[in-house]
Amino acid sequence: MIEKLTGIADCDIHPAVRSMADLEPWLSTRWIEHFKTYGALRNTHYVTGAPYHKSQPNASRRDAYPPEGGPQGSSLEFMRTQHLDGNGIGFGVLNPLVASQGVRNLEHSAALCRAINHWQAEMWVAKEPRLKASIVVPYEDPEASAEEISHWAGNRAFVQVLLLSRTSFPPGNKRYWPIYGAAAEAGLPVGIHAFGNSGWPATSSGWPSFYMEEMVGHAQTSQSGLVSLVVEGVFERWPSLKVVLVESGFTWAPSLMWRLDRNWKILRSEVPQLTLSPSEYIRRNVWWTSQPLDEPENKRLLADIFAWLGWDRIMFSSDYPHWDFDDPTRVIAFPASDEDRRKFFIGNAHGVYGV
Amino acid sequence: MPIQIDCDIHPAVPNCAALFPYMSEHWREMSVLRGIEDLQSINYPDSVPLTVRSDWRPKSGRPATSAETIAHECLEPFGSSLAICNCLFGVQTLFSEDLAYTYVTAVNDWMRTEFLDRDPRLRASIVISLENIEMAVDEINRCAADRRFVQILVLAGTARPLGRRNFWPIYEAAVKHGLPLGIHAGSELRNPPTALGWPSYYLEDYVADAQAFQYQLTSLFTEGVFNKFPTLKVVMLESGWTWLPALLWRITKYWGGLRMEIPWADRSPAEVVRDQVRFSLQPVDGPADADQMKRLLEHIGSDQLLLFSTDYPHAQFEGSEVFPAGFDESLKGIIRADAPLATYPRLAEGTP
Repeated sequence: MIEKLTGIADCDIHPAVRSMADLEPWLSTRWIEHFKTYGALRNTHYVTGAPYHKSQPNASRRDAYPPEGGPQGSSLEFMRTQHLDGNGIGFGVLNPLVASQGVRNLEHSAALCRAINHWQAEMWVAKEPRLKASIVVPYEDPEASAEEISHWAGNRAFVQVLLLSRTSFPPGNKRYWPIYGAAAEAGLPVGIHAFGNSGWPATSSGWPSFYMEEMVGHAQTSQSGLVSLVVEGVFERWPSLKVVLVESGFTWAPSLMWRLDRNWKILRSEVPQLTLSPSEYIRRNVWWTSQPLDEPENKRLLADIFAWLGWDRIMFSSDYPHWDFDDPTRVIAFPASDEDRRKFFIGNAHGVYGV
Repeated sequence: MPIQIDCDIHPAVPNCAALFPYMSEHWREMSVLRGIEDLQSINYPDSVPLTVRSDWRPKSGRPATSAETIAHECLEPFGSSLAICNCLFGVQTLFSEDLAYTYVTAVNDWMRTEFLDRDPRLRASIVISLENIEMAVDEINRCAADRRFVQILVLAGTARPLGRRNFWPIYEAAVKHGLPLGIHAGSELRNPPTALGWPSYYLEDYVADAQAFQYQLTSLFTEGVFNKFPTLKVVMLESGWTWLPALLWRITKYWGGLRMEIPWADRSPAEVVRDQVRFSLQPVDGPADADQMKRLLEHIGSDQLLLFSTDYPHAQFEGSEVFPAGFDESLKGIIRADAPLATYPRLAEGTP
């Protein structure tokens, strides 16, 4: 008899703005006017919409439009009804993917991030105690990012620092270290969510043709990002830093750890900064969220991956309201103990986010 | 002695001068005038420990520069009856189509004269440049007449993903001649080694090859290469293969959600790979524990996917045991002989 869980922790929920005007209460006239005329320029192609068109509008469920109008994820009331109450969510981490991070004008990026953080704290978390926010930072300006983290440090509305996976340099690069330093000092995990616009093609062999390739490719791009964090020595420098890889898959992690360890043994003289093997850092400092769960036909094979990575490293996420949403009642489709399920659905997130 | 085919070894071009006898006067003179002395790419710097296993590192110069050395250090110690030479001299990175064509043809002619003609156990891949597809097809047609060329060779990192339709004339030529498409670790470096730009360390560059292969397999699947060319075999060389199950699960998941984008994809990713994709054995990025390895092989799901390789002279394993723990004898037999023979139709032919 499988235990019916309540108070599930959902580590990836996407609140949306109805329009960018929602952020105006926290933006100066200068940036309001700038946005209206020039938009928020990123390393991407179209004024509106993505170069790889999503499978449906806003990449979101067709049944998630709020009855009062606006895009999916823009109504707290409807999110409560459809998702938090509907799926027994007791704790949800907000990861807003609103144009701000990776904006090329770094001052504009910083202004938008500050506004989004206010908007999360005041319009979402203050009104709904089950939700917690992520500090959105202008990561291509690491000093400004560190200031943003310090600004909100200690505010219990925020439970992590949010980066996107496609940074313009590999994320372990020294230029980003002020971000990790500030997060470590604030005692906050760093969540790295798939997407963003690095300015480089979406694969190491140029631009692919399909949205499907972009989606599959987030796993490989996140692998490169994790390699960079480990090899550059971020976890050597901040041994207690927690990194959560969000929406990047995790079934690839055992293979990557074997590959890293094996090559580290051969090439160790290049990286004397590492005092542990790569997999030891990963097992100490890194967690994964579950959605999208890359599933074999024989679901029982997944039990091996959970065992190899550890049931204490993987945390449930739904990705609400996006189209590839995972339903908590159906996500673990193989035999698992109640204890392991409780870690996956509740305990790990409480530990990582300190709630 | 049972048949064993080593599907990935690397004869080295000592320097550009070694190729001069295989070029016309003009290009030879131009190379000397301009000081084009070496094209070793940063994929495999000579001095890096991974590039040459310590017991195969010569006192000076590059390893594996002669057929005799290969026989003495690789074929005989490992007991291989045949070996496929994949030359990694960095000719694919040349930007000029004409210069690239000159060096590609020189490498293939050098390979034939210096290796294939000197040891009947050696076979080779046709090196091509993707800078000009018509020239690449010409080179395939030129070399394919010699049945000791058993495969077409490209690198894992390319300017555009390999599934893209502009590359299809190459796959058409491959099918016509019964040549698998071999994709080897390394990059033309038309793009950085990662989708996040240039990393700081060689360790990251090399680990990133596994990601490059994953992007490429996704591209070949989504673009419909396997549907258009159902008899084409693709061999991933020095790719690692333990990433395969997770990638197939992921492609399958999104194929489920997004197949409207690629309506021609009528076979599951796992089925396509079972039918048309193979992997060289080394490197084995896997668990040391034999039971865990057995579980991993179950995730791989087919005993036909792996082809024996030493990756000589690269340093992927120590000593003389090429298989890690967890492979049973019948599987080893398939990997050593049956799977390579099924993959490379030309291998079953006698020496010319």
